[in-house]
Amino acid sequence: MVGELGHFALVLAFGVALLQSVIPMWGAQRRDARLMALADPAAVVQLLLIAVAFGALMHAFVTSDFSLRLVVENSHTAKPMLYKIAGVWGNHEGSLLLWVLALATYGACVAWFGGNLPLVLKARVLAVQGAIGVAFLAFMLFTSNPFLRVAEPPMNGNDLNPLLQDPGLAFHPPFLYLGYVGLSMAFSFAIAALIEGRVDAAWGRWVRPWTLAAWIFLTIGIAMGSWWAYYELGWGGFWFWDPVENASFMPWLIATALLHSAIVVEKRESLKAWTVLLAIIAFGFSLIGTFIVRSGVLTSVHAFANDPERGVFILLILGVFMGGGLTLFAARASALEAKGAFAVISRESALVVNNLLLAVACFVVFIGTIWPLVAELIWARKLSVGAPFFDAAFTPFMVALALVLPLGSVLPWKRAELGRAMRPLWGAAALAVAGAALVFALQTGRSALGPVGVALGIWIVLGALSDLHARAGRGAIPERLARIIRLPRADWGRVLAHSGMGITMFAVAAMTAWVTEDIRVVPVGGSYPLGPYQIELRAVHEENGPNYTARIAEMVVRKAGVEVEVLFPEKRFYPVQEMPTTEAAIDFGLMRDLYLVIGDQQADGTWAVRSYIKPFANWLWGGCLLMAFGGAISLSDRRHRIAAGARKPSGVPAE
Amino acid sequence: MKGWLVALLMLASPAFAVQPGEMLPDPGLEARARAISQGLRCLVCRNENIDDSDAMLARDLRILLRERLVAGDSDAQAVAYIVDRYGEYVLLNPTLTGSTVILWLAGPAMLLAGAGMALAALRRRARLAEPDLVISPEDSARLERLLRD
Repeated sequence: MVGELGHFALVLAFGVALLQSVIPMWGAQRRDARLMALADPAAVVQLLLIAVAFGALMHAFVTSDFSLRLVVENSHTAKPMLYKIAGVWGNHEGSLLLWVLALATYGACVAWFGGNLPLVLKARVLAVQGAIGVAFLAFMLFTSNPFLRVAEPPMNGNDLNPLLQDPGLAFHPPFLYLGYVGLSMAFSFAIAALIEGRVDAAWGRWVRPWTLAAWIFLTIGIAMGSWWAYYELGWGGFWFWDPVENASFMPWLIATALLHSAIVVEKRESLKAWTVLLAIIAFGFSLIGTFIVRSGVLTSVHAFANDPERGVFILLILGVFMGGGLTLFAARASALEAKGAFAVISRESALVVNNLLLAVACFVVFIGTIWPLVAELIWARKLSVGAPFFDAAFTPFMVALALVLPLGSVLPWKRAELGRAMRPLWGAAALAVAGAALVFALQTGRSALGPVGVALGIWIVLGALSDLHARAGRGAIPERLARIIRLPRADWGRVLAHSGMGITMFAVAAMTAWVTEDIRVVPVGGSYPLGPYQIELRAVHEENGPNYTARIAEMVVRKAGVEVEVLFPEKRFYPVQEMPTTEAAIDFGLMRDLYLVIGDQQADGTWAVRSYIKPFANWLWGGCLLMAFGGAISLSDRRHRIAAGARKPSGVPAE
Repeated sequence: MKGWLVALLMLASPAFAVQPGEMLPDPGLEARARAISQGLRCLVCRNENIDDSDAMLARDLRILLRERLVAGDSDAQAVAYIVDRYGEYVLLNPTLTGSTVILWLAGPAMLLAGAGMALAALRRRARLAEPDLVISPEDSARLERLLRD
């Protein structure tokens, strides 16, 4: 019954989306306020209906309703409740429902919080959102229906893939989807602006909060996925350049470029065509990501469905929206006249460099991801493009970006002198080079990776702090501090987000360059050295979890004879899916992670163990969180909440 | 189809990779083996290298690679031996032959093209930028007086 209700709600939502995509757009063309007024309630109703559908599916999973085929394939009564809930989106159909839920949420948010948008623009934006909803709801209803029934419900289900039964991975998709779908808002704004033929500073002001929100969620989602891979997959890697990882990373790169480009539109009314194009492409990459994951075109650890029929449908959606968007752009871009001119050295040109580096970096990742497909199609060569290619091809762009970043963010608008702009930054540059030299001298081996990471990290963080210092003006220290604290939140957001980026870059370099690894066999009771620690395998015993059996090792970590920590790495076996997983034991520390993995028992009774010291591991995700936090601070800036050109509230006449 | 997927997932289960028993006694050779392994794909897994994968085939490839290194092959010869038998699909770092040149050159080419376009656009903008104001001497003197007050 509940399943039928959910199914019906979905069909109704499809109808509402159809109305939402047609009528307000028509009303905007004819400037008919009554037709345009349909957009807001339609968006809200669409959200309510999809929420009902989502609730129905969740109800089915939570109560283990095995008459639904989706629940049979992805759930089990013995599964812990958290994963029954997470199982809702741990599969193709359910995750699509999450996708359209996020889409409808953003649309409703425009209806609720977009009071400062002009009616015509809002109607068009919601119409485009509705059109995207139509496409994905049609995709769901016709090829990927989550509410399909099973003729004979079994006693129990197939259980969720054990790799997904994890708190980190339970919440990774919602954040990621909020990010992906948020980019659809930028797309809708861009298309609405192109149809209207006007992109101005106000448009830049309005599009920024939505893009920022999407970017924040995407940053958190990617960081969560990377952290999950780190602690779950058993050897402490955090990024594999897997096609699905790339599918989430490419929109992030473009969204970052879009964010910065929108700033130029808002402040200087330049780079309009760039910004609109980036908005269209960002959503395009979201769609491409959806395509890659769900069509079986590329092999990946993450891939969902392997169904060509679904792949063709998504390709069609991609074609319509991207083709339509880019055609519209080609037709209307000439109408987007730049108002502000700027010199070759200026903040605008620095942002152009930023856009260029990010866009080309994204393109490199894209071509690397898609190359196996292309090569097989055109030259009948079956080859792989893996981490070595991406590391070599992508890293230089990030290094270039890091070099330009602190300078670019302090350059004045319109016209700047390099020498003058660099003055507050020489200190940071000097310290960066000194830090690199120091690290190079202290480390064993001649790798440049560590020192370069240190240099870039110091350069970016100190550059951001120098920016703050320069804005503090003159006077006594308390005066200066007060001035800094009173800076607008957007500036604080910038400093924090850029610092977060610097910290992340440093941590990536540190983790890759300075990891300590040890692989050996150890008898129970034996011990071995690892860096400054002594590790003893005290015992190994078996245990039963709710839906698995586990082999747990007790490992004692000592430093200079004193017991520091006892860690319990596990190896689990999930009988329903017949799948083993490794649960590494990690001692999370500020300066390093200690990472222990228990393997199989050897013929002579000894155990294979793998141990790592991962320096500055948590700085990586801490840096990402700082980036997201900076974005959130920027989002809370008053200027985003006050309308550009809003009418002041009329005073109440005195009696 | 489902069963095949599950079996594949089992093989790809990334529990544990290089076993202590496989490691070569000579640390130099072992280091070379580890480095090369990170560039070789596990053919039955989904996008993992043989150094990280737990699959039986990955293990066989690791042992094969080490045998070749112990037999005196250079890095390039050992890799060529494996590519001869498993095809270039096994290489995670695509070679610079034929069409793959496009792959490697695409990034730098795009950067140069983009930079060229950006520079041209910037120069065009700069020429449109406001010319410096020209002040007549009387106005200049008047400005002085006003600023001095």
